[in-house]
Amino acid sequence: MTAVTNPTPSPLAPTPPVVQLPRSRAYWAVADCLTIVRRDLIHRVREPAGIVWQLAFPIVSVLLYGYVFGSAMTVPGGGDYQEFLMPGMFVMTMAFGFMNTATAVVSDKAKGVTDRFRSMPMAPSAVVTGRGIADIIGACIDLVILGLCALAIGWSPDDGPVAAVAGFALLLLLRFALLWVGVFLGLLIPSVETAGNLYALVFPLTMISNVFVAPSLMPDWLGAIATWNPLSATVTATRDLFGNPVASGGGWADDHATLLAVGWPLLLTAIFLPLAVRRFQRLSR
Amino acid sequence: MKPSPYAIRAQGLRKRFGRAEALAGFDLEVRAGTVHGLLGPNGAGKTTVVRILTTLLRPDEGHAEVAGFDIVRQARQVRAQIGLTGQYAAVDEVLTGRQNLTMFGRLLHLGAQGAARRADELLERFSLTDAAHKPVKQYSGGMRRRLDLAAGMILAPRVLFLDEPTTGLDPRSRNEVWQAVRSLVAGGTTVLLTTQYLDEADKLAHRIAVIDHGRVVADDTPGELKGAIGGDRVEVVLHDQADVPAATRILVRACGTEPEVDAEERRLHAPVVNRVATLTEVLRTLEDQGIGVADIGLRRPTLDEVFLHLTGRRAEQSAPGGGPAEPAGTDPAGQRTHKESTVA
Repeated sequence: MTAVTNPTPSPLAPTPPVVQLPRSRAYWAVADCLTIVRRDLIHRVREPAGIVWQLAFPIVSVLLYGYVFGSAMTVPGGGDYQEFLMPGMFVMTMAFGFMNTATAVVSDKAKGVTDRFRSMPMAPSAVVTGRGIADIIGACIDLVILGLCALAIGWSPDDGPVAAVAGFALLLLLRFALLWVGVFLGLLIPSVETAGNLYALVFPLTMISNVFVAPSLMPDWLGAIATWNPLSATVTATRDLFGNPVASGGGWADDHATLLAVGWPLLLTAIFLPLAVRRFQRLSR
Repeated sequence: MKPSPYAIRAQGLRKRFGRAEALAGFDLEVRAGTVHGLLGPNGAGKTTVVRILTTLLRPDEGHAEVAGFDIVRQARQVRAQIGLTGQYAAVDEVLTGRQNLTMFGRLLHLGAQGAARRADELLERFSLTDAAHKPVKQYSGGMRRRLDLAAGMILAPRVLFLDEPTTGLDPRSRNEVWQAVRSLVAGGTTVLLTTQYLDEADKLAHRIAVIDHGRVVADDTPGELKGAIGGDRVEVVLHDQADVPAATRILVRACGTEPEVDAEERRLHAPVVNRVATLTEVLRTLEDQGIGVADIGLRRPTLDEVFLHLTGRRAEQSAPGGGPAEPAGTDPAGQRTHKESTVA
């Protein structure tokens, strides 16, 4: 490609001249993506408080629901409430994760970091793919920490390692789908402050589901919404895979929870991935 | 690609944001190896020009070439030739200064080693070595701007865009920025500099384009431009409003033209040619006639006066309806008022 040289030496001229490495587009698409991922990992190391806040809510929920309300909670069909609750907490953490995506995207956009990237000869896709991979890595870190906390209070996956890995894979699939929702919303909303309001969206989404309570214990109409909530499918499927109490209501959605736990995220991705990419391209409008 | 004497050519650029027309047929030619100032008040369209020329924004109409490449069809090639520094191309606040520069160096495809070496070089040149391992959050405004400049200069770009590079900086930091720009230009880089400050354009630019309502209203050397509006001015502030007519007569005689008068502020000013001689004459005559003088001095023409001369309007009024032509929230400069605007 181009070797950038200066005709006359200036104090700001690179010595020796800066050389842009000649590599293929595909190479740079990957290399640039990794550079963006690296940046995000540095963020996590430099500001570990983010992870703490991210996990504070599920951990407090476990203590609150598991211990404070725990004795008053019943699992239809029997079973330990804490065992019932933990897969829900994993899913809730994945669901809240999309807020991080949205916040990171809107913050880069508002502060001009995105524009700096866009003015560079880097692979444009790297801004989005780098964000995605970084967030999946972040989700893995969250799951490991939360999993260790769960093991500490006596939860365990009881159906063997293969099923457990499959369970975590479903959780990451959900996070992957919500990633695109996060990128899309992050590009849509005007400021970092507005991103905080997304809690109003996420909170009911996690509560009106089977995360905390079996939908069969809710009023019929609410139970129906909770049953068909995309989060519920993943919760039921992971409960099943972890060998935890499932509390199935016996409907089609419950009977095909694994199918839905794959189907819902794929559907969300199919809708929001193109929307997010389109939105990113429209930044130049 | 045929060699062109111009590093930037823009023809008939138009851009609307909703109902506001930010650019209304913008033309510009910038010769390679020169500094071209783009001078105008908030909302005149300066930032929109920079965003279009740096491929961040597509024009609705018109076309432009930067370093010989079309900004729409060859955006990628353009990006490999330019640097951008300004309010809207920020650095990462969590990362350290060095981490920022190595990250940008990698994204400019210098490779890990090349990026690290260039980062250390630039940190040294911009006196940031001591702060290299501190997060940018902890930087002062001047340090941050220097880092921002360094990030724009990683490639020693052929064309550098500086969007209000010294806005909000103290005089020492401003000088450092100017020094950096001069040394880059000495190395052959072309610079497009947007600014609200006439003196900044005057100090750095070979030519100045004055922009108003998304259009260039004048494009000339700083000398010609200032000559056209009468160069320096003598300004008198009186104790007593009743003396305004008498002082006006004195200024007419000394300067040869009708002064601008703000009766309420008891302030008069007029262009001067022989600076010191005229100032002395005005002061002596005022004293001879017993007119009380609160303040008198020579000053350079302000952006207001350039504007007044070129457009017949004050700079502050140039955005109709009180709102800037660019979308709200994209121009933090909007909260600033021009310091030198003495005429209300």
